[in-house]
Amino acid sequence: MGQYTIGIAGNPNCGKTTTFNALTGARQHVANWPGVTVEKKTGTMKLGTDSLEIVDLPGTYSLTAYTQEELVARNFLVEERPEAVIDVVNADALERNLYLAVQIMELGVPLVLGLNMMDEVRTSGKKIDSKKLAELSGCRVVETIARDSKGTDALLEEALALAKEKKGLWSPLNISYGPDLNPVLDEMEKLIEAEQFLTDKVPARWVGIKYLEKDKDVIDKGHLANSKISIQLEEIAVKIAKHTQMTLKASPDALIADYRYGFIAGMIKDVVSYPVLDADRISRSDKMDKVLTHTFLGPLIMLGIIYVIYQITFTVGEIPMGWLESLFGWLGDTATNALPDGLLRSLIVSGIIDGVGGVLGFVPLIMFMFLMISALEDSGYIARMAYMLDRVFKIFGLHGTSVLPFIVSGGIAGGCAVPGVMATRTLRSPNEKLATIFVAPYMTCGAKVPVFLMLCSAFFPENAPTIMLLITLGAWAMALIVARVLRSTIIKGAATPFVMELPPYRMPTLRGVLIHTWERTWEYAKKAGTIILGISILIWAMMTFPQLPEERVASYEAQRAPITEQIEALGEGGSEEVLAALEDKIADIDNTESEEAIRNTLAGSIGTAMEPVSLLAGFNWRTNIALTGGFAAKEVIVSTLGTAYSMGEVDTEDTDPLSEKLVADPMFTTASAIALIIFTMLYAPCFVTVVAMARESSWTWAAYSVVGSTGLAFVLSVAAYQIASAFI
Amino acid sequence: MNNSICLRNAKVNQKLKILTVNAEGELGRRIRDMGLIPGTEVHVIGKAPLKDPVALRLRDFTLTLRNSEADNITVTPQED
Repeated sequence: MGQYTIGIAGNPNCGKTTTFNALTGARQHVANWPGVTVEKKTGTMKLGTDSLEIVDLPGTYSLTAYTQEELVARNFLVEERPEAVIDVVNADALERNLYLAVQIMELGVPLVLGLNMMDEVRTSGKKIDSKKLAELSGCRVVETIARDSKGTDALLEEALALAKEKKGLWSPLNISYGPDLNPVLDEMEKLIEAEQFLTDKVPARWVGIKYLEKDKDVIDKGHLANSKISIQLEEIAVKIAKHTQMTLKASPDALIADYRYGFIAGMIKDVVSYPVLDADRISRSDKMDKVLTHTFLGPLIMLGIIYVIYQITFTVGEIPMGWLESLFGWLGDTATNALPDGLLRSLIVSGIIDGVGGVLGFVPLIMFMFLMISALEDSGYIARMAYMLDRVFKIFGLHGTSVLPFIVSGGIAGGCAVPGVMATRTLRSPNEKLATIFVAPYMTCGAKVPVFLMLCSAFFPENAPTIMLLITLGAWAMALIVARVLRSTIIKGAATPFVMELPPYRMPTLRGVLIHTWERTWEYAKKAGTIILGISILIWAMMTFPQLPEERVASYEAQRAPITEQIEALGEGGSEEVLAALEDKIADIDNTESEEAIRNTLAGSIGTAMEPVSLLAGFNWRTNIALTGGFAAKEVIVSTLGTAYSMGEVDTEDTDPLSEKLVADPMFTTASAIALIIFTMLYAPCFVTVVAMARESSWTWAAYSVVGSTGLAFVLSVAAYQIASAFI
Repeated sequence: MNNSICLRNAKVNQKLKILTVNAEGELGRRIRDMGLIPGTEVHVIGKAPLKDPVALRLRDFTLTLRNSEADNITVTPQED
């Protein structure tokens, strides 16, 4: 009848998440580790009379302080002292997987090894003696095939039994680090123990090893605890480093890695055997790579796969998206009919239903995209994409995996930046990920397409397809150039090492893919109810208040009154033509009123106040209002321009009347159109994207992106307008 | 025996033994964590379409490295 916390550690691609899913099923809770964007998954369950909290640690190869994931995993072990840890090990690559296990053993946390993927071991013709491994490592060992839920229950039972037996007692493993480091470690250990330096949390020898490894996190904590000892330990470390450099041409941390691998090699030579000794046997995975990463075929197949993902997401996803649109359309109509005309109706219909509906409309897209990306990632193909494209993206300071967010965001015109930004999660390199998040929204998303199409058909009717192609290519060029600039300025720093595992190809499991997709989709949908609802109401208010003064409304009423009387006077007997002409007159008055009303609102005042500046880029106040509205969703640019040009509601599917109106406006020239295209391509992403960006990075970074991209958009559109005006 | 070459210059399908790893800091750590340490036998199994990165097989798994990272590693070709 106890409470136990059990951590699950393991390398990336070892089946850790599959094990976690097999153990906890749907009883999961996803959050972030405090202060970082690393995901924390926990599941609670009962085993007999005991309640267990199972914590999925980030996948890591090691427990150093270089990546957020490793720090999070290590600090969890040290600070929260779970009663037991399960290390899920890919038994097919046992040697490398044990490198993490050995580091956990050096800490001393009670450890159970889950030898996963035993099916792959058997098909590869290898034999693993797990009893021998248990004997040599001193850990309990359980064989599992997590994707079939085989052995996972036994694994958990072992962990619980171990937790009960150890009762929170840690028994650290001591590895010999050779004749040079051992005496130094002994000396450090004595000093640390005498002063009780950090030993309330971690073993003394482990602290010594971390000082030899120059582990920044431990040294910083040591300084805070007792700077005198810390400095003493650092001096010892520097001295021995000089010595080993001179005699062995190796730094202490290199020696430590050598000895750890030596220790592992000693263990596994009696554990792993190859009865079918056929070293040249090419595995199925290697055969597939001969084609899938082939010099010519590889990139072609990759293009094909990207195209298929894109097509399925946006054609199949379109269908449920249409249902959701109809649902929210129906809700809007129902509310319109049920409520009296007025502010409340406007708030509910335009502010809440349209806003939240627009956001929830993306849910099917996100679902389909994550279904496919999860399947591709679980299959091992995403790693191959990164491998093939890295050379190109490296030039721009990005990572091979950046291609996916770009494509989904609209690298092929018509995507959507929201799932695009969410797809950056497959990027393991922090700087590269930030740059990708920043520039991915430049791509031509589906909501920008009507804006571009309208401008093209208005100003370049002869060359519309060419211009659309140029826009798509321009977006790619800008994204890559800006990424390069970012990576050599604000997020400077050497490329994150590309040392990456190419996991063998595996058939993704339906369960794994579904759980992953569900998590992402739910996480997104939750936002719609909270922050997005708030922003949506805010934008609605900006475009509604202040309202027209009463005397202006009365004056429009007065203009309409005689016409309405005329219509009533004609009654049933009036000719259709005369009636239609009169109704048109009323519509004209309505539209003029809407134009004045929107100009009078806060958004209108901002647009008008900005006009002197925005005219540098050829944008009048009407364009400014439309661009402000575009922050809600880019297609709003078209409908708001319609209102501002007193055309009433403009259907985004049929923009011809608006195009004609724009061409007729002497203030809106071809140069303005070019500038507007450039501005729309680059300026602040819609707020749903901004929320997604903040979720994947931080609010600061999302704010940088909004301000930086809008600034860049303005500078470039001014330049384009000035140059174009001079020539056209 | 003086036939040490830089890993960048290794050819596809070549079998090699690592002689030295001269990287420090994060890169060095990552390289070593993955088991690229002196004495390890590696097999170059492929290069990306633009000849960078390179894919290596060692310790029963496959690893990719950029050429700029492979520059820090010297190897000696193994006779079959």
